[in-house]
Amino acid sequence: MTDVFVARAEEFDGDARLAVEHGPIQILVFRHAGRFYAFENRCAHSGGPVAEGTVLGRVEAVLGPDMTCLGERFSTDELHLVCPWHGWEYDLETGEYAGDRSVRINRFDVVERDGAVYVRA
Amino acid sequence: MTQSDLVREAISGTRPGFDSRQHLANARKQAVERNYADILIVDADAHHYENDSLGEIAKYIEDPVIRHRAQGTDKYGKAQSLSMEYNQNQSVAGRIVRYPKRRQEVGDPGVPRDVSIVRRQMESIGIDYQVQFPTPMLHLGMHPDPQIETALSWAYTRWLTEEILPHDDRIMTLVYLPFTDPDASLRAVETFGSRPGVVGFMVTGARYKAVHDNAYMKVYRAIEERDLPIAFHASSYPHERMFEGMNKFLSAHALGFTFYNMVHLTNCVINGLPERFPSLKWIWMESGLAWIPFMMQRLDNEYSMRTSEAPLLKMKPSEYMRRNFYYTTQPIEDGNLEALELTMRMVNAESQLLFASDYPHWDFNLPSTIYDLPFLSMDAKRNILGENARRIFHLETT
Repeated sequence: MTDVFVARAEEFDGDARLAVEHGPIQILVFRHAGRFYAFENRCAHSGGPVAEGTVLGRVEAVLGPDMTCLGERFSTDELHLVCPWHGWEYDLETGEYAGDRSVRINRFDVVERDGAVYVRA
Repeated sequence: MTQSDLVREAISGTRPGFDSRQHLANARKQAVERNYADILIVDADAHHYENDSLGEIAKYIEDPVIRHRAQGTDKYGKAQSLSMEYNQNQSVAGRIVRYPKRRQEVGDPGVPRDVSIVRRQMESIGIDYQVQFPTPMLHLGMHPDPQIETALSWAYTRWLTEEILPHDDRIMTLVYLPFTDPDASLRAVETFGSRPGVVGFMVTGARYKAVHDNAYMKVYRAIEERDLPIAFHASSYPHERMFEGMNKFLSAHALGFTFYNMVHLTNCVINGLPERFPSLKWIWMESGLAWIPFMMQRLDNEYSMRTSEAPLLKMKPSEYMRRNFYYTTQPIEDGNLEALELTMRMVNAESQLLFASDYPHWDFNLPSTIYDLPFLSMDAKRNILGENARRIFHLETT
């Protein structure tokens, strides 16, 4: 494991996705709700640029006690990273694919040190 | 910030605008890693957005009243008062960013924007030849006024063959037939059938008139005489009575894009069209593959007890389905490789299957969906990716 420098922390402005090449793979790093995330930019489905995708809450169905469907809502506990090619959705915290938890994308720890951001790869 | 706002904000990181080459950078990597440069890859089904060019297309509409209507706007102010559009959700509410962003793409100087964009897509994915189809026009088979399909498809094909295809002989088409009108379809075959870039004919799936209607026989004969294929390109119709209760795009698309082709294929084979036109090649397009084994087994079983209802058949329906019929790969159902392997054996994939990307639509496939399959020989992969298409479309490749 080595810490690979990505950028200064202040460069992560808004929804900026910053890329770092690590050997043959490209890792994208971004900040969401005050936390850094890093993923290999390759979807487990078709190889799409998953780390460039939208982040939003998992859509949940709301059921009543009698099993009637009362509607749908965005989860506030589980955020998803969505591949922009085909819409495959991954748990932002674990990298697990929402349609089959045994499938995942490569997720990396991010370290912030002295104002600089590194991925541990 | 609400969750719904995130969808709009977090589109494709910091990249401004939209460029197919950036969007498909990972596809380019796949093409290099797999050395597609050494393999002929023909994409039998891809799309552009002809509605972006309606102004250029409309001048070819022959009927002055319909041409005037084409210059009008719909209730939302869009300049396409003729087309059929539904409230659909191909983009999964913006998650698939090509849909909200594609209009921002700028073409290269000197060629029409469509040519620039198609070239970028082909070169990124590793495609040597690509068959282009329109997008919103695929719904016209259900238009309440049959004149609209005839008028628009005529104008579209004139525009495509006169203003787009001449720029690049790698871009081809199967001519859109206004199948609601058999006479107009015959006129399209006779007028456009020998134009450069035309490698066959296409009927959009969502329509009700039966394909074995006697009025179509002259159309099939004319196509057979030209030794070109006829393709039934799947499409859906959200107002189909049986689909009215389907509350999700997923549901209506999963069934709709097979349903109409199931109906047309059944009518085609049970009424003996492959016996009447033995040299005609039928392509069933954009329905994936999983439906085919179901149809083979279902039709063979029923036929075995009711041969009197299919007097033209000289063999089982499944035998026509693997001899006279061709299929495109997309959207390939590859979640169960054992099932897919069996399916490919049942359809004689090595000779009957054509690779298709359907790019840029939401469920597109890359050539790697075929190239990476562990059970296919390299020869089979080459056939599916391009050699079968070379033969059927009579491509003069080097």
